[in-house]
Amino acid sequence: MRLTVDGARYEVPDAQAGQSLLRVLRDVLGLTSAKNACEQGECGSCTVAIDGEIACACLVLAAQADGASVETAASLAAPDGTLHAVQDAFVRAGAVQCGFCTPGLVVAARDLLARNPDPSDADIREGLNGNLCRCTGYQKIVDAVRLAAQEGRG
Amino acid sequence: MSPQQGGSWDAQHPGDHGHSGAGGDRPPLLDESDEHARRRGHVGARLTRTDGPAKVAGAFRYSSDLRVEGMLFGATLRSPHAAARIRSIDTRAARDMPGVRAVLTHADVPGDKLVGSIAADQPVLAVDRVRHHGEPVAIVAAGDADTARRAAALITVDYAVEPPVTSWEDALSDGAPALHPGGNALRAVRIVRGDPDAGAAAPIVVRDRYEVGIQDQAFLGPESGLAIPDGDGGVELHVATQWLHVDRDQVAAGLGLPLERVRLVLAGVGGAFGAREDLSMQLHACLLALATGRPVKMAYLREESFAGGHVHRHPAWMEYEHRAAADGQLIAVRARLWLDGGAYASSSPAVVANATTLAVGPYAVPNADLLGTVAYTNNPPCGAMRGFGAVQVAIAYEAQMDRVAAAAGLGPLEVRRRNALADGGTLPTGQVVRGPVATVALLDRLEAAPLPVDEPAGDPRDLPGSAFAATLGEGVRRGVGYAAAFKNIAFSEGFDDASTARVRLLVRDGAAIVEIHTAAAEVGQGVVGVQEQIARTELGVADVRVLAADTAVGSAGSASASRLTWMAGGAVHTACAAVRARVLEHAAARLGEGGEDLALRDGQVVRAGDGTPVLALAELLAGAPVEETRTYRHAPTEALDPQTGQGDVHAGFAFVAHRAVVDVDVELGLARVVELTCAQDVGRAINPLALEGQLEGGSIQGLGLALTEELLVDAGVVQTRSLGSYRIPTIVDAAPLRSIVLELGDPDTPYGLRGVGEMPSLSSTPAILAALRAATGKALTRAPVRPEDLVVHRPDDDDGMQG
Repeated sequence: MRLTVDGARYEVPDAQAGQSLLRVLRDVLGLTSAKNACEQGECGSCTVAIDGEIACACLVLAAQADGASVETAASLAAPDGTLHAVQDAFVRAGAVQCGFCTPGLVVAARDLLARNPDPSDADIREGLNGNLCRCTGYQKIVDAVRLAAQEGRG
Repeated sequence: MSPQQGGSWDAQHPGDHGHSGAGGDRPPLLDESDEHARRRGHVGARLTRTDGPAKVAGAFRYSSDLRVEGMLFGATLRSPHAAARIRSIDTRAARDMPGVRAVLTHADVPGDKLVGSIAADQPVLAVDRVRHHGEPVAIVAAGDADTARRAAALITVDYAVEPPVTSWEDALSDGAPALHPGGNALRAVRIVRGDPDAGAAAPIVVRDRYEVGIQDQAFLGPESGLAIPDGDGGVELHVATQWLHVDRDQVAAGLGLPLERVRLVLAGVGGAFGAREDLSMQLHACLLALATGRPVKMAYLREESFAGGHVHRHPAWMEYEHRAAADGQLIAVRARLWLDGGAYASSSPAVVANATTLAVGPYAVPNADLLGTVAYTNNPPCGAMRGFGAVQVAIAYEAQMDRVAAAAGLGPLEVRRRNALADGGTLPTGQVVRGPVATVALLDRLEAAPLPVDEPAGDPRDLPGSAFAATLGEGVRRGVGYAAAFKNIAFSEGFDDASTARVRLLVRDGAAIVEIHTAAAEVGQGVVGVQEQIARTELGVADVRVLAADTAVGSAGSASASRLTWMAGGAVHTACAAVRARVLEHAAARLGEGGEDLALRDGQVVRAGDGTPVLALAELLAGAPVEETRTYRHAPTEALDPQTGQGDVHAGFAFVAHRAVVDVDVELGLARVVELTCAQDVGRAINPLALEGQLEGGSIQGLGLALTEELLVDAGVVQTRSLGSYRIPTIVDAAPLRSIVLELGDPDTPYGLRGVGEMPSLSSTPAILAALRAATGKALTRAPVRPEDLVVHRPDDDDGMQG
């Protein structure tokens, strides 16, 4: 099977296609930007975009993503390393502590803002309810998404 | 704000926080304004994280991300039983499985068979019995993780299952089977002050029994690491931990190696909260690496993280009696505390000491009779979690304070102000609190903070249970609750609590830079940034680099007990002062003068008075770096007197208070925290942005303990083994947060700082419980509260049902 991950093409041995997409990304391809907090679809730390649709990579059979383009947090920044507005807002708002939830959250937050460029705080909380964070208490995550939205409009 | 309160601000309004450099009690900080500090990234500056860009890009390497060519994967076979004798272990089928490189049991542990951070009572691998569900019995290394796990499942352990001891009552009853040679009473702490019988006939006597369930740290980054054999009989372990050196000591003991053959390097840590204070996979990965001669990676699955991977917060049963005068002034407190320590000691001895010494809260209590007991049982081992014994008692003593208030006809704020410790107040241990006691100031600030407006036509998602459209709001009642608390900072009871830093000032490519080397564990709290800010402040050099934390430098002590900013910060501060003294000595010699009026600023030696540059560091130090290593200690503490429980056991304290506003649907038993406000005296804010993050995160962990989080154990077997069944707050559950920060200053710490990390988790839970009581009128003596606890039955309910 074939995967495009963050713009690069990979061949995955068919014998590995029965694993989760998360395992293939992390253990077969060595791409660790999607995180492995629960591997049960309950925390959102492995949130990726598959052909533009976000999903927990741990819940997707790798074979289901055959031929797809997978985007992780690693592909949000520009080629010169300039952070995506959502990533930059997470850093500046203090929405990152241990950061284990962060790669999944920035993928989910970018998706939220693509669908709703002007979210209320309630919209932000509803939209990110699939992504657990244990460090921040979420206030600064809400602040970060609001900041990214404001700057996106400006 | 009075000048005595120092700087303070409201986190919601960073623009007008009144963070004045002219705060009354604040120790002088060089000769710089805070605006200067902010601009230069000095102490007090609101800075973003150095590791932030890597973390948001998914490029930061956590312990579970580590890979090296040719590495093997380890897996652990764990006990399915809470208590059993092991008759035999047959590993043949596992050994014969293709791809398996090693299968190890207790017989393969070359060194000490027992480890433990305080008492060595926990087998590296079970020997002849297992004492808790999830206890490690054997370990396997194979070419991939699935093979290793399948091989572990092929190991046959012949267990003679025994009835488990599953409560502290059973454990401490006559004839209970002893879990350990010394019996099941792990530790008891007795504190008597004044006359324990005082106030027996007082007009106000309130008593009740409170319970706290088991909370789990539930960090997101699983227990994991990579052990690499050095080819010469030693090993290098890259691991997520809170204290590299105490891990190193235990790993070396288990391997039977001298300390210098075991090197630990901190890998990226995905949260800690106490759960990384004890060994998990550290020693197992090293055993497998040395047995196979190959690098071995281990990463726990979420299920084993919950069931065996790490200790939990102690569940507690607490009986309290408060006696007070008619005006609500406390006369005496009697408390009996029982903690279930589970199968091994972990940090239970220190947790019960905290619970007992802090059992009356931040109040002046002239007469106290306190007894705290922690017992061994066959339940999961309990140990460190944020708040460390202070969390459980705060839930009880704050409920009691509200009862005293009700009996005296006082409001919740007034009863606390009336009884708050004064500056220089005395604790039940006889210890006098050093420096300002912030409790009254914190309560004043909470009272002054505007309450959220109840918006009847607001967003329906703001109603309790809104995510499921559970209610239209007809049964919703609002409640407001307050709580205050305090906790000791750093290690207590005579422990030699030390932290070492090496600081090097050098010139590279024509510019002065500072390199800091410590073993301080960055677990997400921001201690790397703290070290950078202190070095910039003390050495006047912008480019500061904190090297990877490892055991090549002296111990920093643990990233726990809210101690690391104080202790590792103190070490960096002291080492920087030593470097500065030498640099200024060089400069004075070069200039041919005494050097009394020289200082360091902006990479130059300057005149301290007017800042006139006299010599560039790049020129002064070219080819001659200056390096100093210093070890910092807080003032020594004493042991508790075993008879009276008297003694100056704690190194310092910090004070906190919360206000919670809740909405409860009393028909459905659903609660929503509308807003949570944390007021805390931090002494001195090194980095306000990181500090707010601590207050907010700790507050929401307290919300979890109030409402949703409980590790369920049935007959010793852990039932909640996923993030679906163990429910940490989601972003919808989490309340909007406000932080009120006071900087009253501790006279004996660098910059006047106090520890920060644990305090917000102390008063959050009791404030929410108080608000729930206010909304429902129910006693709510157990945390977490369950939905059925919140349902209010009205007299006409039965009629309503018939209708």
